[in-house]
Amino acid sequence: MSGTEAVEQAYRLLQSEAKQKVEAGREKPVILLGTATCGRAAGALAVLAAFQEEIDKHHLDVVLTETGCMGHCYAEPLAVILKPGYPPLVYGSLDEGKARRLVNDYLVSDDPCYEFAMAALEPNDVFPTFADYPRGIYEHKIILADCGLIDPGEIGHYLARDGYSGLAKVLTTEPDLVIAEIKESKLRGRGGAGFPTGVKWETCKNVPGIPKYAICNADEGDPGAFMDRALLESNPHQVLEGLTIAAYAVGAEQAYIYVRAEYPLAIKRLRTALEQSQGWGLLGRDILGSGFNLEIKLFQGSGAFVCGEETALIASIHGRAGLPNHRPPFPATSGLHGRPTLINNVKTLSYVPHIIRNGASWFRSIGTPNSPGTAVFALAGKVVSTGLAEVPMGTTLRNLVYDVGNGIKNERKFKAVQIGGPSGGCLPESSLDLPIDFDSLQQAGAMMGSGGMVVLDEDDCMVEIARFFVDFTQKESCGKCTFCRLGTKQMLDILAEITRGQGKDEDIDLLQELAEDIKLGSLCGLGKTAPNPVLTTIRYFRPEYEAHIREGRCPALMCKDLISYRIIPEMCSKLCNVCIGSCPVEAIYTRPDMLKGIDPDKCVKCNSCVSACPPQYKAVVKLSPPVVEEVVAEAVEEGMSEVEQGSGADH
Amino acid sequence: MRAMDLIEGEEELIHTAVGAVLQSCGTGRESLIPVLQGVQDRLGYLPRLAMQRIAGDMQLPEVEVFGVGTFYNQFRLNPPGKHRVEVCLGTACHMMGGHIILESFERRLSIHEGETTPDREYSLERVACVGCCALAPVVVVDEKVEAKVSPIRVDGILLTFEIEKKEQEAEQQREAEQQREEGREA
Repeated sequence: MSGTEAVEQAYRLLQSEAKQKVEAGREKPVILLGTATCGRAAGALAVLAAFQEEIDKHHLDVVLTETGCMGHCYAEPLAVILKPGYPPLVYGSLDEGKARRLVNDYLVSDDPCYEFAMAALEPNDVFPTFADYPRGIYEHKIILADCGLIDPGEIGHYLARDGYSGLAKVLTTEPDLVIAEIKESKLRGRGGAGFPTGVKWETCKNVPGIPKYAICNADEGDPGAFMDRALLESNPHQVLEGLTIAAYAVGAEQAYIYVRAEYPLAIKRLRTALEQSQGWGLLGRDILGSGFNLEIKLFQGSGAFVCGEETALIASIHGRAGLPNHRPPFPATSGLHGRPTLINNVKTLSYVPHIIRNGASWFRSIGTPNSPGTAVFALAGKVVSTGLAEVPMGTTLRNLVYDVGNGIKNERKFKAVQIGGPSGGCLPESSLDLPIDFDSLQQAGAMMGSGGMVVLDEDDCMVEIARFFVDFTQKESCGKCTFCRLGTKQMLDILAEITRGQGKDEDIDLLQELAEDIKLGSLCGLGKTAPNPVLTTIRYFRPEYEAHIREGRCPALMCKDLISYRIIPEMCSKLCNVCIGSCPVEAIYTRPDMLKGIDPDKCVKCNSCVSACPPQYKAVVKLSPPVVEEVVAEAVEEGMSEVEQGSGADH
Repeated sequence: MRAMDLIEGEEELIHTAVGAVLQSCGTGRESLIPVLQGVQDRLGYLPRLAMQRIAGDMQLPEVEVFGVGTFYNQFRLNPPGKHRVEVCLGTACHMMGGHIILESFERRLSIHEGETTPDREYSLERVACVGCCALAPVVVVDEKVEAKVSPIRVDGILLTFEIEKKEQEAEQQREAEQQREEGREA
């Protein structure tokens, strides 16, 4: 077929042009600096300026490129330096000083500053690679593979790495065969529920009528998940290619990317990517000469968690408040403007080009039989190496927390891991050997959700974390279903009372009862999963609830109303005033005997004194249940009267 | 939440802004969210007057516009302060003490989250994850991320602004005096 050949040739031309451009840059040293939002927060822009200034000062011929996020958030700002004759090295925890030294010592002279280096990207004789660390052994990067290594603002970088080759292949194939391939791969939607992607595509394709729409759901609203943002900021073309393939398969000529307005950098980089792919003939009319047309529009979501739900998202594009609707009809049959609409998550679409390129059986060889492929997690909380990790499905939680995340911070004890954000649950130590996939997590009471993973240690109160998530879902509930609107409010009130020590014995049963009702009585995923954090914490940490209710005690010393602060006289240095200086409300005073006291009426329990007290004394302790009344109150009175007497004697 | 009065000349500003945005986005039902976003981009918030004007021009009931404006977290009904304080209350930040930081700001500024101080110097907001969980608790002050914030740092941040403001005022006073002297000499 000449059409097939024409498309292939058009693609080959584009790719060789891109490769030439990239190869031409290879002879010079290259600095790739991660300037995604996480890098910027850690000071990447100052490092960028320092690099530039130093390069200019020495009149060096160096390419300084801004890239996305490599996933090693704990070591931001992070740069990769490629110098001909040396292995590509990754440098972490940079600051302006280190940036200047790297230019002076490595680029001007020939000392690669191994003391700042984290790892090499390619095997070599001098420095270990990421694969030599436990994290590297467990990680298997597919959709994060190019993140941080390519310039998201330069389509040539993506093309040179075989980008858009999946699209070129698809455009010469019948849509039905494309859908068959995706079905064959058993790819499941990465937005949380894990619905088979191929089935969704097939449904949408088989509904008669045009126009059809394809939507990329980039409304990442889960507090604690940021992988969609990282993907859009680091490798936007991967998402665009996936979306274009999806649109071709279902027969849509109009597509939207629904992206949160809170992600300004992602929006900016997406805009650039859209312009470039249009300019290179990979988007717009007659893509690669195949006759297929596609227009992609950006729609900025305005910050509503519920809009991650398909029907609410569509309502939002219609210009209305994001209230979900009854399903069926599913958007695949009747969605945007009542037309068949395909909605896939950023991560799901990012896998598509790889599956087309490498085949369904390759994809199925990774992960577990029912959940093939990899899972991307945003590791946060009390874990040493926070950041984004991509591991094969079926990896155990223990491997994730202890090998990829390098264990718990400050040598504290592991307590739980919260997976799936507000829709997920807290899993205890006994679940650590659970292989993670869609089904196993659901059985344990949690959910894959968006992939947020917060590690909690012994200082974290499980009742409080349940209250935190219910507070979130209650605020984000759109208010359409009574059980979700009022039920979450009731749950929140009960949980708040328990954290204040005003809980009643029957509260735990009542919470469980409410949880079941909310699950049954809600229309969309938000309500159906909102009780999960409460149910799992009761299931695995019931004694903590009981301690709050029966003893007025918070075992983790976190709930403010159930703790008091005390300075132990025997441990206080007397001559050190650090705690007084640290107190933002002047609640700490010096008694006549030079010991320090805390005025319970003024104390706001901000923990400043605990962190301020020098480690050799450790004199400030938290007590639960609070023992303020007798001990400290007396001391205050005594102290005050003595102070008055003392000052009186001075006169 | 406290609603704030308009300041002098603001009414005119609102009308020009809304007019311009409506012209570029169109008045179809689907443009409502982009229109609100555009107006907020220009004015920094959605004043009541702007929503009324939008409802009129788009031929929608006022309650529709207000409903959409209050449904989404992105829209603010109060003017932003000169200094915008955004406290991250994502899961990681909350567990590391983000709520303590929010309380510290509320105490120091005597306002609640979502409000602006009456002198429009500071506004205080909570944000869900800014994606810097490794640096928790995080506060974004005037788009600059402050990492690992403590209640003492809260005082420090506010004190820096106060000193800056005083210096500016002193500078202005000096300039004014200088001008007066120059005037006298002339």
